[in-house]
Formats: sequence, structure tokens, C-alpha cells
Amino acid sequence: MRFLLPLGIFLVLVIFLGIGLTLNPRQVPSPLIDKPAPVFQLHQLEDPSKTISSEDNLGKVWMLNVWASWCVACRDEHPVLVELSKLGIVPVYGLNYKDQRDTAMQWLKQFGNPYEVSVVDADGKVGIDYGVYGVPETYVIDKQGVIRYKHIGPVTVQSLTDKILPLINELKS
Amino acid sequence: MSTDLLKYCLIALALSFFSFQGNLYANEAVPVAEDLELEKRLNKLAENLRCLVCQNETLAASRADFSVDMRNEIREQMKMNKSDEEIIDFLVARYGDFILFNPPFKPTTWLLWLGPFTLLLVGGFALIFYLKHRGRTKEAELTLTDKERLRAESLIKEMDKD
Repeated sequence: MRFLLPLGIFLVLVIFLGIGLTLNPRQVPSPLIDKPAPVFQLHQLEDPSKTISSEDNLGKVWMLNVWASWCVACRDEHPVLVELSKLGIVPVYGLNYKDQRDTAMQWLKQFGNPYEVSVVDADGKVGIDYGVYGVPETYVIDKQGVIRYKHIGPVTVQSLTDKILPLINELKS
Repeated sequence: MSTDLLKYCLIALALSFFSFQGNLYANEAVPVAEDLELEKRLNKLAENLRCLVCQNETLAASRADFSVDMRNEIREQMKMNKSDEEIIDFLVARYGDFILFNPPFKPTTWLLWLGPFTLLLVGGFALIFYLKHRGRTKEAELTLTDKERLRAESLIKEMDKD
């Protein structure tokens, strides 16, 4: 009987520490979730004479994928994005982050281009606005231009089926 | 005469060779930051900010690309006469409280800040209560019932006999 209270406190501690173990410290939660997506106006990768603004996408659900030809993890996720683009469920826009134009174009030629359009963020300024601290990162943005979800690291088939696609279907309806 | 000339030529050649070597080894000096005061202020601010890539290093100490970008961003904003608070707000708005090495004091972090002191207080009170309580039980155990007293007296008498 007299051990019940210490045992209870111990169990509570164990539960808290157990929850702590399941967290991934590499994934820093973004303060931008449920906030308007930072506005950008950037030149297109394929056609530098044209620009694209984030506000051009108001009224549709879209994804912004931060990528670079120098990023190794981007190669892991790239086939997944290519498959996703074939499904035609959601337009994916690329933010070509701190990259060289020619190598980036070459990279898309080699591995396929899943993007509606890629825009050039040469000095990473837009990346800072979006709170990018690694590549790849992917944002889901709704019709009102609000960031609803951020995926850190490579997009996998599992993350698409478990989280991203259900959310997109919900946002589209 | 001609040997002298040869000697000078050799010396000149050797010197030119060495100076050439020197050029090979000496890197271009890294320019000292234009504004020492600003760099000091930048470092002081960056000491309290976390590199999100290395996570256990400050923005001042880390050499990750992320930290270099952040330092450049902070430097630019300082040159635009932004205050330290404004710069920190700018970073927190984009990267969250995690970028601060000292978590702010707000409802979600009350447990973090006050938890240890609460535990200390609770533990202290529990200890005091326990010690007082233990004293009382000791006294209670010391008072004998009549039966026990009779038995004790008979034992003492037996001992006296021996």
C-alpha cells in the first residue's frame, strides 16, 4: 500500500520518457503550420524570363517541394514525386534551392521532371522565409494559401499514403 | 667575372624560385570583417541561437551551411539597423522556439521551467512530513500496554535474580 504512490509517480515518469523516445529531434516542428505561406516572386528554372508568384496558386491545393541537384536525399524521393505527378492528384511546384541552373536542368533531364514549374531560389532567401533548414522539405498549401503540413526529409510512399494524400483529398473537397 | 655573373644569376634564380614557392603556400589573407563592432554584436546574438542542423552547436560556433546563411541574414538585418529583438522575432517566426537556446517562459514551457522546483518542494514537504510522522510512530511504539509492562517487569526481575 505504501509503495503505491512512488510506483505511480515512477510509472508517470516512464510514460513521459517513453513518449520522449518516440520523438525525432531531427524534425523541428514548423511554426508556419496554419499560417499563410510566405509570398515569393521568383524566376522559373526552365524559362528565366518568366516569374511565378506563390499567389498564382490561390484557389488550388498544391505542394511546394524544396530540392537541389547537390542533395543526395532528393534522389531517394525523386522517383516517388515522379510517380505522384503521373497520378495528377496534386500539382507539385519545385523550389530549386541554392543550386546552379545548368546542373539543375541536367538533373531533371536525367531523373525526370515531376514539377509543374520549378522556381529558382539562388541565394536561399525564400528558403529562410519558409523555415527551410535542410533539403528536401515539402509543404502542403491549401486553397486559401495557408500552409497545412510540412514534411521534413524525403517524401516516401508511406508518408504519401498515410498522411499527405488523405490531407490533400480533405483539402480539395 | 663571368663566374660572378653566374653566381648572381643563380642567386636570382633561387630567389625567384623561393618567392614562387611562397606564392604557392601563402593563401590569400581572409579579409577582416569590415565592422568589428557589428561582428561582436552578431557573435553575441548568435551565441544564444541554435544551429538546426547540428542542434548542439550555436549559430556562432557552427560551420554548417545553415549557420553561415543565418549569420549572413543576421548581419544584413543588423546593417539595416534592426534591433536584436526584431531579429530574434524574425528567426522564431520562421524556425520556432527551437532556434533559441533558452526556451521562452510561456504556458507550454511552464512545466519545463518550474517542474524541477515543484518536484524539489514536493519532495521537501514529503521528507518533512515523513520525518515528523516517523517521530510520532516512535513515541507511540514506546508507550507500553499494561500487558507488555507486566511482562517487561517480570523479565527484569528474572534478570535481577541472575
